[in-house]
Amino acid sequence: MTFWGLGGPKWWQQASRSVSISASLSRVESPPARADATFKVTMLPGDGVGPELMTAVKDVFKAGDVPVEFDEFHLSEVQNMASEDKLEELLSSMKNNKVAIKGKIHTPMEFKGELASYEMRLRRKLDLFANVVHVNSLPGYSTRHNNLDLVIIREQTEGEYSSLEHESVPGVIECLKIITRAKSRRIAKFAFDYATKKGRNKVTAVHKANIMKLGDGLFLQCCAEVAQLYPKIKYENIIIDNCCMQLVQNPYQFDVLVMPNLYGNIIDNLAAGLVGGAGVVPGESYSAEYAVFETGARHPFAQAVGRNIANPTAMLLSAANMLRHLNLEYHSHMVSDAVKRVIKQGKVRTRDLGGYCTTGDFVHAVVENLRHRPNY
Amino acid sequence: KGATGINLKCRKLRYVFHQNKMQTVTLIPGDGIGPEISSAVVKIFQAANAPVSWEERNVTAIKGPGGRWMIPPDAKESMDRSKIGLKGPLKTPIAAGHPSMNLLLRKTFDLYANVRPCISIEGYKTPYTDVDLVTIRENTEGEYSGIEHQIVDGVVQSIKLITENASRRIAEYAFEYARNNQRSSVTAVHKANIMRMSDGLFLRKCREVAESYKDIKFTEMYLDTVCLNMVQDPTQFDVLVMPNLYGDILSDLCAGLIGGLGVTPSGNIGANGVAIFESVHGTAPDIAGLDLANPTALLLSGVMMLRHMGLHDHAHKIQKACFDTIREKKVLTKDLGGNSKCSEFTADICRRVQDLD
Repeated sequence: MTFWGLGGPKWWQQASRSVSISASLSRVESPPARADATFKVTMLPGDGVGPELMTAVKDVFKAGDVPVEFDEFHLSEVQNMASEDKLEELLSSMKNNKVAIKGKIHTPMEFKGELASYEMRLRRKLDLFANVVHVNSLPGYSTRHNNLDLVIIREQTEGEYSSLEHESVPGVIECLKIITRAKSRRIAKFAFDYATKKGRNKVTAVHKANIMKLGDGLFLQCCAEVAQLYPKIKYENIIIDNCCMQLVQNPYQFDVLVMPNLYGNIIDNLAAGLVGGAGVVPGESYSAEYAVFETGARHPFAQAVGRNIANPTAMLLSAANMLRHLNLEYHSHMVSDAVKRVIKQGKVRTRDLGGYCTTGDFVHAVVENLRHRPNY
Repeated sequence: KGATGINLKCRKLRYVFHQNKMQTVTLIPGDGIGPEISSAVVKIFQAANAPVSWEERNVTAIKGPGGRWMIPPDAKESMDRSKIGLKGPLKTPIAAGHPSMNLLLRKTFDLYANVRPCISIEGYKTPYTDVDLVTIRENTEGEYSGIEHQIVDGVVQSIKLITENASRRIAEYAFEYARNNQRSSVTAVHKANIMRMSDGLFLRKCREVAESYKDIKFTEMYLDTVCLNMVQDPTQFDVLVMPNLYGDILSDLCAGLIGGLGVTPSGNIGANGVAIFESVHGTAPDIAGLDLANPTALLLSGVMMLRHMGLHDHAHKIQKACFDTIREKKVLTKDLGGNSKCSEFTADICRRVQDLD
């Protein structure tokens, strides 16, 4: 009440004007104001069935009136559409939008020039260090292990995927695996923060420190150090081969798993197989500034291209996660509930879940279920 | 009729010849539950009249001339002579100053291939039925070369080594194994899309060797695809060949599919015709000496050994007796879900083997 005495509304106007001027001075390139509050998201269809899955996402979003607009970029290493300029365009789009949804960019086995694949370079440029895969059993689709609920966190910028290889003498090849304290600490902190935020009880570090004493030993040490800062969360560690064995015998003992790059690749795919395959597990990659949403088990699935048989569940669930990340809770629930309802009903299933329907049929069923959503 | 009569006599003579020809096998009981399961296996082999004479040796690390750690010379001499070994679990003491015993054995005899056949056991139920595959793992190089160093504080580098010779050797062994054991396909597991040069070399060697074995189907699959498909449908795999780290992980994964390390056999093949068969579980010091151990893993490794020696009839008899005992579920050890002692389990198998004769 006292500021009315200082000149009242005039003072308030002057104060607020100076704040907005300083704000606009600090921003270097401000994007134009959006007309109707839609969110802009970068989209990379990728290779294989990626474009088909992206079409599914666009169809569902259109039917559900989701306020998201996509900036599409078509990048591919196998189709020779990969160049540095395209990468730069993509990066500037990412800087504006901060959020992306993408398919898998396939890495051919033959390499011309650079050893690092396109996708690896993208990951490094955006510094997407954490890959999170949500392994949840789908209600209505039973596998050998039901009611699974795991989160797998994988460091994805260093480790075995360093792309540093050389032929010392003909017939002898060395491949370097790099582990650094900074990155190990970063992923450990990410894992514990994630566990705290989502209310999880236990974080298990997966390693092979009995053999790779220095490399994985350093990773384990960093995890243990970070664990001490989070006394409420239980911390354990397990060796990778024992972990694989336990996952197929008793996966319920795990909650959140954190690990370096290669082991993450193996465990992601193993866990995806436990709940139904690559078609049902969503995942995302985070950096300090960006979030990229994709499927959990990343395969281009080239043999399904054009046949309309790919399962869009993983991509749709990941798109729902993206909507939650954009704070569009209502739309996020709408999409994920529709997908889960279709799977639970069991009438429309794609081939990987034992049914005969096409991708189009599945998307149609999801769209139908969108309209039958209960009013929150 | 005359012709078949002569053939039958020749076969019988050969059989009798084999029967009488005792083959020496070096037995390394190991630590913890090692001695009891080894004696169980010896009893069962005796009940089956297997022509095997055992030479027991102990393997501990001793410092040889020049300061290098080595296994006791009498163990080495016995193994070089007999060429076949059966080994129980060995404990690796932490901070003992010497490398693990398994590593020492591997280096001494150049055991380059680790073979693990994973077959579902009928009486021991797991969520995965009808598993019948073999993992063949390169055991000398790859990610386990042990070459690591700290470049600057906080940055560690591990070196993964892939050589042409080792890759070719393991690929040749895999195809030979497939041919000798009537397997129809060999799948190379790799990650050549990421580690393009190193796994690329491994893959190239496998492809080259596949050219000389046209009767066996050769496929290649990425490691992550194998993991994904293995837990959904393990029946699509037959023989898998791969470098060291992937082999370690996948062989344990497959062991988990059939019920764990307590029932999984394993064999290591060396360069000079040496073959050491072993159980891959731990020493279980908490139940050592209490007659509670499960000898199945060591027994099935012994069966693998008999097949390697060409004694297929005995191998088949012992395996059948073992599987029948487990299927009946009357005398099972604790880890298989029963309450019996190791000696009772062993006695039951011995009885069945003698009945089968």
